[in-house]
Amino acid sequence: MTKSDLVIKIINLNNYINQKDVQKSVDTFFETIITSLINSNKVELRGFGSFGIKKREARLARNPKTGSIVAVPTKKISFFRMGKGMKERLNK
Amino acid sequence: MIKNTTRNDIILSINNNVGISMSLSSKIVEDIFETIMIELENGNDVKISSFGTFNLKHKKTRIGRNPKTGIESAISARNVVTFNGSNNLKKKIR
Repeated sequence: MTKSDLVIKIINLNNYINQKDVQKSVDTFFETIITSLINSNKVELRGFGSFGIKKREARLARNPKTGSIVAVPTKKISFFRMGKGMKERLNK
Repeated sequence: MIKNTTRNDIILSINNNVGISMSLSSKIVEDIFETIMIELENGNDVKISSFGTFNLKHKKTRIGRNPKTGIESAISARNVVTFNGSNNLKKKIR
C-alpha cells in the first residue's frame, strides 16, 4: 500500500465531503512526525507505536573492498517501535 | 524543554494547516492508524513516499536467556513491524 492508496482507502471508509482535505491531512500527518524527528523529539502514538531518534557515535570503519580506514561521522537514525495495541493485533 | 509529540499535536497541526474541525482531524488520524494496521494485519507492506516503509516480519521461536538469572527459556514466535526511513527522511534528520 502506498500513500495514495492510503488516502483512497480513508476516503472510501467515510464519505468525506472534501477529498482534497483528506489528502492534505494525510500529508500533514506525516510532515508533523518528520518535523518532530528533525527536532529530535520523540513521537508517541498510543495504540500504534512510537518514533524516535537514536544517535550513532563517530567511529573508524574499514572499506571492506579496499581495506582502507574511513572515518564515519556521528549521525542520527530514526527508529519505530510498535505499541501495545498493534503488537496485540498482529499476534492474535 | 523537550516535549514528546502526541496524537493531539498531530490533530492540532491538521486542524491548523488544513482548516478542518478538530473532530474531523481526529477522525482522519484514527483512520490513518486503522488503515495502516489493517494493511499490516493482511501481511502487506505500507510504503509512504518521502517518509518510509512499514514491513511485517515473522520471527521464529528461539532460545533466549534471562540476562539477570542466566536461565534459558524459549522466546515464542511473533510478528513484528519494522520501519525503514526513506532516504529523504534520513537526509533530513542526519
